[in-house]
Amino acid sequence: MSTTENGDQVATRPEPVAAHAASENPEDARTLLSVENLKMYFPVKSSGLIHRKVGDVQAVDGVSFEVKAGGSLGLVGESGCGKSTTGRLITRLYEPTAGHIRFEGEDIASVPERKLKPLRREIQMIFQDPYTSLNPRHTVGSIIGTPLRIHNVVPEKQVLPRVKELLEIVGLNPEHYNRFPNEFSGGQRQRIGIARALTLNPKLLVADEPVSALDVSIQAQVINLLQDIQREFGVAFLFIAHDLAIVRHFCPEVAVMYLGKIVEIGDRDSIYNQPRHPYTQALLSAVPDVKQAAVGGRRERIQLEGDVPSPINPPSGCRFRTRCPIAQDICARLEPPLLQIGKKHKVACHFPGALGQHPNEPLTAGMLGVDHQGNPDPGASPSPDLTDKPGYDDTWFDLDTRTFGRA
Amino acid sequence: MSLTASSVEQPGDSEFHEPEGDDKAAGKVGVEGRSPAKLAWARFRKDRLSMVSFSVVVLFFAIAVLTPILVAAGVLKPQDSNQDLLNLMTGGLPTEGMSLAHPFGIEPGTGRDLLSRILLGTTLSMTIALSGAIITVIIGTVLGIIAGFTGGVVDGVIGRIIDLTLSFPSTLMLLALSQVVVDRMLDLGIPSGPNGAFVNGFYIVIVLAAFGWPPVARLIRGQVLSIREREFVDAARLMGASRPRIYFKEILPNLWAPILVYFTLLMPAYVSAEAALSYLGVGIKNPTPTLGNVLSGALLYADSYPLFFFTPAIFIAVIVISFNLLGDGARDALDPKAGR
Repeated sequence: MSTTENGDQVATRPEPVAAHAASENPEDARTLLSVENLKMYFPVKSSGLIHRKVGDVQAVDGVSFEVKAGGSLGLVGESGCGKSTTGRLITRLYEPTAGHIRFEGEDIASVPERKLKPLRREIQMIFQDPYTSLNPRHTVGSIIGTPLRIHNVVPEKQVLPRVKELLEIVGLNPEHYNRFPNEFSGGQRQRIGIARALTLNPKLLVADEPVSALDVSIQAQVINLLQDIQREFGVAFLFIAHDLAIVRHFCPEVAVMYLGKIVEIGDRDSIYNQPRHPYTQALLSAVPDVKQAAVGGRRERIQLEGDVPSPINPPSGCRFRTRCPIAQDICARLEPPLLQIGKKHKVACHFPGALGQHPNEPLTAGMLGVDHQGNPDPGASPSPDLTDKPGYDDTWFDLDTRTFGRA
Repeated sequence: MSLTASSVEQPGDSEFHEPEGDDKAAGKVGVEGRSPAKLAWARFRKDRLSMVSFSVVVLFFAIAVLTPILVAAGVLKPQDSNQDLLNLMTGGLPTEGMSLAHPFGIEPGTGRDLLSRILLGTTLSMTIALSGAIITVIIGTVLGIIAGFTGGVVDGVIGRIIDLTLSFPSTLMLLALSQVVVDRMLDLGIPSGPNGAFVNGFYIVIVLAAFGWPPVARLIRGQVLSIREREFVDAARLMGASRPRIYFKEILPNLWAPILVYFTLLMPAYVSAEAALSYLGVGIKNPTPTLGNVLSGALLYADSYPLFFFTPAIFIAVIVISFNLLGDGARDALDPKAGR
């Protein structure tokens, strides 16, 4: 590819933004990352001379999911729900309190920091804020070349050619390698961050709100770039965002988080067209709808009451019950299991159902061995099928027939 | 791997335009990398007062470098006494003031050339101040980075050491221990130098550094606390960078501004500290000149021969003022948002 001067470069690249279709997961891909019951509790210390531990911020409290090789999982939720913390756990910037992170079958959750170096080549991260994620005192060439030098991937002489190649891949002028980050715009800086993440040919990229700090017009370009990279190099993405439209475009599979837990996880179609958790339904109803605006009027919006409870002292049972329009007694007593209700669809609710058609009795009561108010029911036998393991089973609970079955 | 970068810049997209910084708007064309340091230097050059003080500082450094050469060449004779120019009837006052041979006159009593003594004194004083400031900044920076980045127990321990050092009656200890420590250092094989100048100067440097680092460490720690939260530090950890690499390659370059500023403010403080200690009888002693001991020797003649007193005093004042102004200018240039 010929990139010469700035002016020519723009003129010789006429490909329109809209050319990129929504991403799909590759067929029959193996599981690259498998996260099981991951927990991250940040201790809260008392002030004063002796720092006594007075509690925990339960930022992430038992999440399980899978990412396929070359696929992408979107992680959505409002601010403070633990999605960024999850991303930082996967990259092992934090050490998890409990749980397993299996990367290519190997549990990396408790590997000590100094033994993590080989892992660093496999999992990289794209950061949210392109203005703080690049060291202002290093040139672009030095920023992108550092991983190569640390891991001794290529001899020193080949660092610069590789840096130029990476700059070209992310659509920047390769001759700009000796410039400093302050000379680039936000979108260009994010491209530099992406180039840095790609340097070591990682298998998994954790993208922590990669476009939320950018202008909308630039967002589309960066998303397209990420799609190109995914297609070209087969990189898997854990895509953390709060922009539901972007996640819908980028991620064939989506997990919705609320207060440190996954409340609903499924493929794109299940989450966006058949949400079964009242929180997901409320979240989706808040997305502006261009088509609706064209017709006039607006869709009915579900407005949740109150604030997100404190993760230091989360509500008992279901964490969403304090704001849930359909909560009943059982919700305060028992935590709803993440129940598989479709081929690729799981939901954690006692009353899962389409909007306005939530059942009146808790569907989960029988499986959990309790009566409809959540009291232990001696006659019932808890179902062994309720596990918090990642991935999907072949059998699931059908919401219409209310039985376990398979397709 | 070869990928044609298919994600492209749209025509009219602002991405490939030159971002406009403070100085960018001044009609810059073409591709030229401008580091943050270059931008700071451009700002610094615009400030006339900073540039004047910078020239004076450069002049003093030139003096410090050239004087030993001139002394060795015999042009400056700081130890020759010109007894013929002294009036023994008035207790050794010079018979002439400024002359071509002795531009600042001669010392009363000993008859040594004052210019030579002050220039050599400037050299030694600046050497002491410079070495002291460098060691101070190194200790303070390293401990500050470690305390700030590691946090927890390490931070607590370093913080308490800082408190302890600051609350120590350093001047008293300095006076009380000077002879003991100097003797001990001679025992340890530290060369004494002519007239004990080296070992005494070394003692001053050590003491200045040992009691000067805590404010630097505190300053740096505070800076590191904010820098370590920036995502490029996480990015470096993700690359597999070792702790030392993060400290010195990622964090340290972002600390040059406060370090440079503090350094330029330490220099004048140490020049005057050396003078004060000389007066108290610690440090390099007559006949080896420093600005401090020339000045304290002049006190006897402050009445009868003020030239002897004012010349070293003015030298000290000019050094202190120009370094302080340089430090202020550097701070303004390096941190344009701070304002005055």
